[in-house]
Amino acid sequence: MAALDELERAYASARRDRRFQHELRVLLHSYAGRPTPLYLAKRLGAHVGGRRVYLKREDLLHTGAHKINNALGQALLARRMGKARLIAETGAGQHGVATATAAALLGLACDVFMGEEDMRRQALNVFRMRLLGATVTPVTSGTKTLKDACNEAIRNWVTTVRTTHYCIGSVVGPHPYPTLVRDFQAVIGREARRQILAAAGRLPDVLVACVGGGSNAIGLFHAFARDRRVRMIGVEAGGTGLRPGHHAATLVAGRPGVLHGARSLLLQDRAGQVLPTQSIAAGLDYPGVGPEHAEYRRTGRASYVAVSDAAALRGCQLLARLEGILPALEPAHAIAYLEQLAPRLRRGAIILLGLSGRGDKDVHTLVEHLEADGHTARRV
Amino acid sequence: MATLRAAFERRRRAGGRALIPFVMGGDPDLGTTGALVRALDDAGADVIEVGIPFSDPLADGPVIQASSTRALRAGTTPEQVLALLRRTTPGLRAPVVILTYWNPVLQFGGGRGPAAFLRAARASGVAGLVVPDLPTEEGRALQRAARRAGVATVFLAAPTSPRARLRAIARASTGFIYYVSVTGTTGARRHLPPELRRGVRQVKRFTRKPVCVGFGISTPAQARAVGRMADGVIVGSALIRALEAARTRAARVAAARRFVSSLRRVL
Repeated sequence: MAALDELERAYASARRDRRFQHELRVLLHSYAGRPTPLYLAKRLGAHVGGRRVYLKREDLLHTGAHKINNALGQALLARRMGKARLIAETGAGQHGVATATAAALLGLACDVFMGEEDMRRQALNVFRMRLLGATVTPVTSGTKTLKDACNEAIRNWVTTVRTTHYCIGSVVGPHPYPTLVRDFQAVIGREARRQILAAAGRLPDVLVACVGGGSNAIGLFHAFARDRRVRMIGVEAGGTGLRPGHHAATLVAGRPGVLHGARSLLLQDRAGQVLPTQSIAAGLDYPGVGPEHAEYRRTGRASYVAVSDAAALRGCQLLARLEGILPALEPAHAIAYLEQLAPRLRRGAIILLGLSGRGDKDVHTLVEHLEADGHTARRV
Repeated sequence: MATLRAAFERRRRAGGRALIPFVMGGDPDLGTTGALVRALDDAGADVIEVGIPFSDPLADGPVIQASSTRALRAGTTPEQVLALLRRTTPGLRAPVVILTYWNPVLQFGGGRGPAAFLRAARASGVAGLVVPDLPTEEGRALQRAARRAGVATVFLAAPTSPRARLRAIARASTGFIYYVSVTGTTGARRHLPPELRRGVRQVKRFTRKPVCVGFGISTPAQARAVGRMADGVIVGSALIRALEAARTRAARVAAARRFVSSLRRVL
C-alpha cells in the first residue's frame, strides 16, 4: 500500500510537470513512431458491405503494439521515482517486450513474469525480451497464463518494492494503475479523433477495439467518451464458447469481484474462486477487466461482445488478404466482429477500429491452427 | 466461545508468548483439517489460524499457494470450512481465526457478502478474521459487519507501512495486529530481518493491542527471537511443509504435534 501511495504522489506530480510530459512526447514521436496513421481500409470496408472502416495503426509502433505507449510512460515515471528496476507481467509478450525495450532505453534492469504456457505460445517474444537484456521468469502456478504472471509480479514487487517499479501492462490492478495506464494510452484516441475529423470531416459512428484487460480500448475510447453519438464497442475473447473456463469474456459473462487489488467484473465461480480462461490470443486471456470498462458497461456508454477463437482466426486472414496487414490475434477479434456489426449500420457509416498490434508474434499459432483445420492461407 | 483477548491474557499471565500456527482448511481434506486443529490445540497453540483457500493467494509464497491449490482441487468451499469449524470449535481451548482473501468473503452465500460471511463465521465459533488483501481504507464494510457479528478484525502491517497507516491499522484491528516481518510473501526465510525489532516497537507505540509477527518464521530459534519482541508468533509455511512430508492422516497429526511442541517449548 505504501508503494501505491508513493506511485500516486509521483504520478500526480509528473502529470503536472511540463518537462516530464515533454520528454514523453519526444520519445513517443522520435523513438516509438507516433503519431500512428489512421488508414482507410477500402477493400475491407467493401467486403463488409460498403461501410467506411478506418484502422488506427498501433501495429506500426516500435515493438509492434500499443503497449510501448504505456511502457515508456511508466519507465520515465520509475526513473523519476529513483527506481533502478522494472518488473512486468506479460501474456502475449507484447507488454514484456515493450517494458524490456523501455528499460534498455533508460538503463533500468528488467524482469518479466510470463506464464509457462504463454512462453510456449509466444516463444519469439521470449527471445526478443532476452535479447533486450531482460530476464524472463516462467510462472508455473495456477493456469500458467496472464493472471498467474500478474500474481507472481505482484508477489515479487512486494518483496523488492524499495528498488523496483511494477510496470503493469493494462488498465487493471490497484489504484492508481487503471488511471495511469489509461492516461498513457489515451494518446491513441486523441490522435484518432483529430485524424478522423481531418480525413472524414466528422466523428465516427462506431469505435471498435478488442478488450483483454482493456488498455488499447480505453486508450481509444477515452477521447470520445463525451461524444455521446459515437458508439463504443469492446470485443472480448469468446474462446471456444461461453461456458465457464472456455473463454475470457469478462464484460459479457462476469460478475462484480475483486482481483489484483481492483474491484471490477470478474470471471469466477459461486464461491468467488477465479475461473480459468481460454483464448487463442494470449493477450486477451485474463479473467478480470479494467474497472473503467465495467463502469462503461454499467452506464451503457460502451457495449461489449464476445468473438470466438475460430472467428478471430478468420479475422486475421481477412485483413491479411484484403489489406496486406497481418494483425495480432487480439485485434483480429475486433476485425472479425466487423462482419456482424457492419450489416446493421447504414451504408457509408464510419467505423474506427483500434488495430492494437501486428501479427508476427502469432505466425506460429496461425500455422498450428490453420494447418490442423486443413485450411490454406488462400481461403478467406 | 474462546476469545482472542482471553487467550492473549492467559498466555501473558503464564509468562509466555502466544503461539499461532496456521493450517489450510481442506488440505488435503476437511477431516484432516479437523484432526490437525484439535492436535494444535492440544499441543499448546494459543490461537489457531485456519485458511479458507482462494485461487489467487497474492500474499502467499509457494508453500501456502500449493496448499491452497490442493484444498481447492479437493473441492473445498468456504461453507464447508465453516461447517467443519462449527463442529470443531466447541471442543477447543484456543480461539480460531480465519484467514482468507477478500473476494471469497464478498461472494459468500451467493453474493450476500461480508455481513453474511461474518454471521456464519460467528455461528461457527470463529473469533477473528484476517484478510491480507484488504487495506484499512477499503475495510470499513468488513469492520462494521465484524463488529455486529462479534468477530475480531486483524489487519496486516508491513515494514514499509508509514506511521499514519500503522495508526489506522492499529485502530482498525480489534483482535491483534499482524506484523509482517519481511517485505514479501509468506514462506520460510533463513534469517530474520535485523530491523524487525524496531518495526514491532514502532507499531507498539500506537497501540496496546497484541502485536503478532508472521511471514518467514520457521525454526524454534527464530520463534524465540521474535518472542522477545512481540506478543505472538505466527507460523504457517514451515508447519505446512512439515505436514507435506507425512503420508497419512495419523502421521500428519503426529507431525503437527511435534512441530508445535518444539515451538511451544521456546515461547
